Amino acid sequence: MNKRKLGRGVTIVGAGMTRFGLFKDRDSKDLFAEAFTEMLGSVDRGVDPAEVEALYIGNFSNDYFARQSHWAPLIADVIGLCPKAATRTEGACASSALAFREGVFAIASGFYDLVIVGGVEDMSKRTTEEVAEGLALAAAPYESRAGFTFPGVFGAVATAYFDRYGARREHLMDITIKSHRNAPLNPKAQFPFTIRDAMQAKAESLRKRGQPVPDWKDEKDFLRDPGVNPMVAWPLYLYDCCPISDGASCLLLAAEPIARRFTDDPIHVIGIGQGSGRGFHGSSDLTTFEATRHAAQEAYAMAGLAPRDIQFAEVHDCFSIAELIHIEDLGFFKPGEGYKAVSDGQTRLDGPKPINTSGGLKCKGHPVGATGTSQLYEVWTQLRGQAGARQIPQADLRFGAAHNLGGTGGTSTFTILERR
Amino acid sequence: MTTRPFSDVVYHQFLAEEKLMGSRCNHCHARYVPPRPLCPRCLRGDLEWEEANGRGRLVAFTCIAVAPPFMAAQGYGRKKPYVVGVVELEGGGRVDARIEGVDPQRPEDIRIGMPLKVKFLHLRDVEPPASYLAFEPL
Ligand SMILES: [Zn+2]
Repeated sequence: MNKRKLGRGVTIVGAGMTRFGLFKDRDSKDLFAEAFTEMLGSVDRGVDPAEVEALYIGNFSNDYFARQSHWAPLIADVIGLCPKAATRTEGACASSALAFREGVFAIASGFYDLVIVGGVEDMSKRTTEEVAEGLALAAAPYESRAGFTFPGVFGAVATAYFDRYGARREHLMDITIKSHRNAPLNPKAQFPFTIRDAMQAKAESLRKRGQPVPDWKDEKDFLRDPGVNPMVAWPLYLYDCCPISDGASCLLLAAEPIARRFTDDPIHVIGIGQGSGRGFHGSSDLTTFEATRHAAQEAYAMAGLAPRDIQFAEVHDCFSIAELIHIEDLGFFKPGEGYKAVSDGQTRLDGPKPINTSGGLKCKGHPVGATGTSQLYEVWTQLRGQAGARQIPQADLRFGAAHNLGGTGGTSTFTILERR
Repeated sequence: MTTRPFSDVVYHQFLAEEKLMGSRCNHCHARYVPPRPLCPRCLRGDLEWEEANGRGRLVAFTCIAVAPPFMAAQGYGRKKPYVVGVVELEGGGRVDARIEGVDPQRPEDIRIGMPLKVKFLHLRDVEPPASYLAFEPL
């Protein structure tokens, strides 16, 4: 493996995002404007927007969801960037991680000093069936044609994982319960409630309608109830799946030599990796994503770090099983050991390796193109000690990482950030 | 020997003729189903068509209760889930296919590794008519 490096250091000096959710009266321009405004306010010493030299914007499928292509100049106009360069990147659910990489490369090459990278997706203006059809555009064509949906692809991955390692549906519930425990602590989350909160709310609504309230004895018992948690694609149920969301996120990247003009606490980009993967027809092992393994190897080699050095991470939990696969592919746990670690509480906020402190895609929401930079927003926030109620209790956080997966494993990125 | 291009279009035309066809590399002899325009190992296009014997084993599956539009149009969904899976073929190649002859209401009884044989599904009342790859227990 080549040990890649950047031509010069790149830092994150500002970050902003909308809350994720369903915003029927706002489109991508409006959402990005909000993320941009929050980002400007996050720059400790302020930034003159006129200094920003370029925009890289990730977007998967507004062409389909919003019937409008060519978003880069539209977004550039909203944030006062025209006539400067604006470029859209597409990598399915990893679209804005690719925008981030382009921004990093542009600064590392010496071409620009200060750029905005971000992502946006506007999904709520279509029906659920249309959104599902739109998302399936990112699967491998043989999969869609056979009748696989997106949840179906990950359901099949789960059956392969269960068969090989002996995990069960209950282990996936541990991931859902953990993510929902973090979500109420994140003001940006689409679903800011615990599974216990959902249980009480369901009981309350049944009582109001004069219907019998089942006697759920704990969270897993609640999740086993098909009345509240129906099957989507075996062995995945509703609570294993991330929602449909609108949202935007963005970061301000600065060349290391000028970073301290903006803040005393820039966050350094020390490892970046990206990989590509084949669909089911080209994969000999369905319990791993080759694209993630490649991306992780690149990023670790560049940073000179090992998985144990990463203190916490955001990973692409589009489905509960995906989180399990990723924490193994990223080397945090051995293959087949991830589910045991999750059930032991090792990935909880107060555990030794917190995963998805934001609530993850499951609870924070997944406006496809906005997800990659929103994960980096979370890592940036945690490293700077600004995560409030969800701040990781470990003292002296130094290394955090974000993993973003596009499609059914077609594109994967891994980014390691450092606070110095 | 046929000289039709090693494309997805032709692969699907063969399915309509009830043939499961792949590309065999004349250089390294690896077989790919579905076919590929270049052998990914050799990156050469010196290929020939080869028909799979239609037998394989199940490597992963799911039962889908929230169906995409083209399956919903055939009546599939929450009340009538269907099974799709990944099948490893004897002689090489992995395909995504519908799995018939198993009970979609009892997914816990479907066994990874079970031997399967090919079956072709033809939808003649859609425009244009379409053929789909399926497997059923051997
Ligand atoms: Zn070959």
